[in-house]
Amino acid sequence: MKMTLSPDTLKQIYRTMWTIRRFEETAGKLYQKGVIKGGIHASIGQEGVAVGVCTALRPDDWITSTHRGHGHHIAKGADLGRLMAEIMGKDTGYCRGRGGSMHVAAFDVGSLGASAIVAAGVPMGVGAALSARMQGRDRVVVSFFGDGAMGQGTLHESLNLAAVWKLPILFLFENNQFAVSTRVDQSIAVKDRQALAGAYGLANACVDGQDVLAVYDAVHAAVELARGGGGPSFVECQTYRFEGHYFGEPQVYRTREEVEEARRSLDPIARFGAVLVAEQGIPEGELPALEARASQAVEEALAFAQESPEPPAEAYKEFVYA
Amino acid sequence: MPELTYLEAIREALCEEMRRDPTVFIMGEDVGLHGGAFGVTKGLFEEFGPERVRNTPICENTIVGTALGAAMTGLRPVAEIMFADFSALAFDQVVNQAAKVRYMFGGQCKAPLVVRMPQGGLSWKSAGAQHSQSVEAWYVHTPGLVVVSPSTPYDAKGLLKAAIRDDNPVIYLEHKAMYSTKGQVPKDEYVVPLGQADVKRSGKDATVVAAGYMVHFALEAADRLAEEGIEIEIVDPRTLKPLDEETIYTSVRKTNRAVVVQEACKTAGVGAEWGMLIYENCFDWLDAPVVRVTGEDVPIPYANSLEGPVWPRPEDIVQAVHQVLYT
Repeated sequence: MKMTLSPDTLKQIYRTMWTIRRFEETAGKLYQKGVIKGGIHASIGQEGVAVGVCTALRPDDWITSTHRGHGHHIAKGADLGRLMAEIMGKDTGYCRGRGGSMHVAAFDVGSLGASAIVAAGVPMGVGAALSARMQGRDRVVVSFFGDGAMGQGTLHESLNLAAVWKLPILFLFENNQFAVSTRVDQSIAVKDRQALAGAYGLANACVDGQDVLAVYDAVHAAVELARGGGGPSFVECQTYRFEGHYFGEPQVYRTREEVEEARRSLDPIARFGAVLVAEQGIPEGELPALEARASQAVEEALAFAQESPEPPAEAYKEFVYA
Repeated sequence: MPELTYLEAIREALCEEMRRDPTVFIMGEDVGLHGGAFGVTKGLFEEFGPERVRNTPICENTIVGTALGAAMTGLRPVAEIMFADFSALAFDQVVNQAAKVRYMFGGQCKAPLVVRMPQGGLSWKSAGAQHSQSVEAWYVHTPGLVVVSPSTPYDAKGLLKAAIRDDNPVIYLEHKAMYSTKGQVPKDEYVVPLGQADVKRSGKDATVVAAGYMVHFALEAADRLAEEGIEIEIVDPRTLKPLDEETIYTSVRKTNRAVVVQEACKTAGVGAEWGMLIYENCFDWLDAPVVRVTGEDVPIPYANSLEGPVWPRPEDIVQAVHQVLYT
């Protein structure tokens, strides 16, 4: 069912998608300059998934994220400065520089954290959903994972357990087509991948992840189902990773032409911009200002992170409790 | 003071904590009406119902992952792994997730979960290679985990209560061979603080460091040695990580001799760690090299004739004490 969103919400979706794009591009530049030492797994091309999902959530809903999780955090409302500071290893970062890009969390906005072990955040999401129910709250949980996670045992165990316990969780399969170099059709035999979840007894859907409103609609329905006690769902969002597995990865598994074609025809931001003008009555002239606001927010976040101190070396044991 | 078995003491701790704190709950394979593979949770399902005594499918990694997610969001789960050997299936969630989230996320969350698992072999015979291991060394090597190994009903109850109230992930190692051993357990409320060793027997001639079931072998050895006029001091760390080093050092500095005992296979075990710590901190007090008594470096075999030689015996401790005393 198509939901009606207010012009303000639509504009915020557009702006947040740009924020993610600019944030990832900025992180990429910092990595290439050697300012950021750890690898950056960018979600450029996948902005429609993160924003479509999180727009359908309440601030107190929880998410679990992945090594490609900057977008999830930004869409959930994380502070851009603290996020940038974290991936730059600064003391003002969300995790005080202990986590970094692959292990960031933002509990203040409901992110229970990224795990860089593929699929590991998913059972933790199941636990959070159990927590929500046992505490008598109507919170829901979204666990993000990619096509690589579909091969992991714990993902299937989690689908099964959530179905057995009818927990308020959405398993969000962000299919960006590649697990490092392995194309999804080389790692999952069935074409109808949502049917795997259906076989465990979960409500399921598959949507075009490059269409942010389609993502929103599918997630909204799944979240309403979960909030009302109807149990878990599984939504596959078909998307495409525009960058390599990490910035600078050689990408021997696909042609330059394939990527260029994807950037032309599958860009979720350009597509949504066109929809805003053609179908939602947003004047085209308003779009550049939204993009500019996103760029400015990222620049401010970068300035904050750059000015922030590194954690003092002698504090390396802080937060070791056992 | 009432007498309880080790198993009953664990159950009593679970029961009391669940009555005290509504956020405490149990999950694991067959923990419901069945009461767990060894009967530890028997009766809890009847009192607390299926919401708080949760039967799971067989999926160890997801059991621990789910417990962790619940712990990070306000609950205090106690997950049961049917045999410690099976915790290998949950290794990622224990070692990469539970142990790391508090540090990795810069203190944004707590991780108050307990993972109970029965380990060890010996009097529990012929369980073979995948149901008999002592796994403490897998976990003490990981910063962020608390590892507990009680040797008496009193310690079992008090340590489990402390573990449930702690904000860190605790690996709680029960020994199968001790489930039916009896001991005095006060009816009144008490906890045994984590990270506090206990001197199980005082003596002046040599220190024996042993935890879990090995404490009982050390006590048996102590009786035999006493007949020869040798008085050993038995230090039971109770918590293997963080280790109460001072109690060990105080004892070794008094006796000037040390034997370390573990049931687990020899290489890179807790005994090696204790021995090295003694060298680092008590070298000038030592009158003899530290001696290790351990299991053998083999998978646990099935046949009684084969498994016998794999495990340490009380007489090995007697012999080791003679070795450090040059007698």
